[in-house]
Amino acid sequence: MRSTVTIFKKEFGGFFVSPIAYIVISIFLVLTGWFFFSTFFLYNQADLRNFFSLLPMTFSFVIPAVTMRLFSEEFNTGSYELLLTMPVSATDIVLGKFLAAVAFVAIMLLPTLSYGTFISFLGDLDPGPWIGGYVGALLLGGAFAAIGLFASSLTHNQIIAFIIGMAICFTLTLLDKMLIFLPEAVLGIFQFIGADTHFQNIARGILDSRDILYFLSISFVMLYGTHLAVLEKN
Amino acid sequence: MIRIENLTKHYGNVCAVDGISFEIRKGEILGLLGPNGAGKSTTLRILTGYIPPTAGNITVKDLDIHHQALEIKEMIGYLPEAAPIYPDMLVYDYLLFVADLRNLRRERKTGRIKELAGLCGLNEVMHKPIHELSKGYKQRVGLAHAMMSDPEILVLDEPTSGLDPNQIVEIRDIIREIGREKTVILSTHILSEAEATCDRVVIIHKGRIAADGTTDTLKESTGREYTVHISLQEEDFESIRKAFADLPEIDAPVLTDSHNGTLDFSLTCRTGKDLRPALYDIIRREGWNLLEFHRQTQTLESIFRQLTKEG
Repeated sequence: MRSTVTIFKKEFGGFFVSPIAYIVISIFLVLTGWFFFSTFFLYNQADLRNFFSLLPMTFSFVIPAVTMRLFSEEFNTGSYELLLTMPVSATDIVLGKFLAAVAFVAIMLLPTLSYGTFISFLGDLDPGPWIGGYVGALLLGGAFAAIGLFASSLTHNQIIAFIIGMAICFTLTLLDKMLIFLPEAVLGIFQFIGADTHFQNIARGILDSRDILYFLSISFVMLYGTHLAVLEKN
Repeated sequence: MIRIENLTKHYGNVCAVDGISFEIRKGEILGLLGPNGAGKSTTLRILTGYIPPTAGNITVKDLDIHHQALEIKEMIGYLPEAAPIYPDMLVYDYLLFVADLRNLRRERKTGRIKELAGLCGLNEVMHKPIHELSKGYKQRVGLAHAMMSDPEILVLDEPTSGLDPNQIVEIRDIIREIGREKTVILSTHILSEAEATCDRVVIIHKGRIAADGTTDTLKESTGREYTVHISLQEEDFESIRKAFADLPEIDAPVLTDSHNGTLDFSLTCRTGKDLRPALYDIIRREGWNLLEFHRQTQTLESIFRQLTKEG
């Protein structure tokens, strides 16, 4: 547990040492801000629905960009050898890195709280979807961070890690929209696997245990996969 | 202290380590010698718990590498080859991170980091990012990393590779200093280094142990032969050959160089007997002008070459 905290601190601090963190945060804020406010006044509604509906898309490429270096860089520079020969378990390493990525996503979302604050001056903002949206965003961010971490643990090339991570995240995001192409027999299962519906449910302010469970299980499965991949690396 | 039993490691079809067994006693400085790709690094990586062995076992103080890896890692400080340290971190931040992972007590941390900075000469670079450091400084940070928890066992993989001669001497001094109280295992392919720092040498070749012993016993075991190099101002090698033919203990002289009326040749003596006076008598009797005369005993170098020759 102590080692997890140490790794977390190191990785979280590490994000802000390199310019990548600032670039990613800037891109994220510019994209979400522009997409959101360019249509906001046309709808003439005081809610954040547009912001949250786009979030799975933006997260799909922003989060893998955040997580791509977590393992790949260590494998590439060989620092993983130093890390692993200290008294830490692979579980500590995976968890510490995962929590650092989730904390980074939370930091990234922090400035967007101002959107809601700003809108609440213009009209009545329903707090339910607002809070729900951020809970969902964290769950979604956690799941995608786990996916990105898994992709990073597969290769020592950061670009490849980014592309794999992005591919998985995009697939999960777009799956619900592709359902019309699928035979009816497998429809249910693919509908459940798709991330978008689960997220939009929560973002509407409905905290359904199925949706929460979905994100938690994606995170768990991916973290477990990471753990296996890291062990297999030896 | 450390017992390595029948250690084997395969990478796919390649057999990197092939049934190595040896023991390391407490307080010993052991040198692991071998040509590149002999299996030195692999052996050390298995010992430090970075990769699992294919077969065989290592026990450290009755702890088993398969089941008590974490406990063993706590006892070992490890410097991998080329010290791959996080390039973006500051030296101080890195050492603090290591101190945390090594579970140093809060009040002990800064004190220990200062101690190590002094010992490894890191004071000037403490607040520089690691990617700005020269190779020598990086190696020293790696050394500080390995010694952080004051471990009982230090494992150093080619600790002096890529350093300049001054830095090599410094690092060797540090290693010898540590070796007074700790068990040190270092790998190298530089023989003079093993000779200068190690109490005992294990030579590995193609994943197997080729020799094991102190540098002195290794020299003894491969015979007491020595070579005398002589340089004379003389044109006629035939007469030299004839003059030395009287001595039964030596092989026929081998011409190594001839230029401007000077002949360089070497004589190899198979027995341990010191024949230098007899050789000098002959030279004086013949009235040759002697330019050079020196004896070369069996070096670790030649033992190494003998043991690791291809074929």
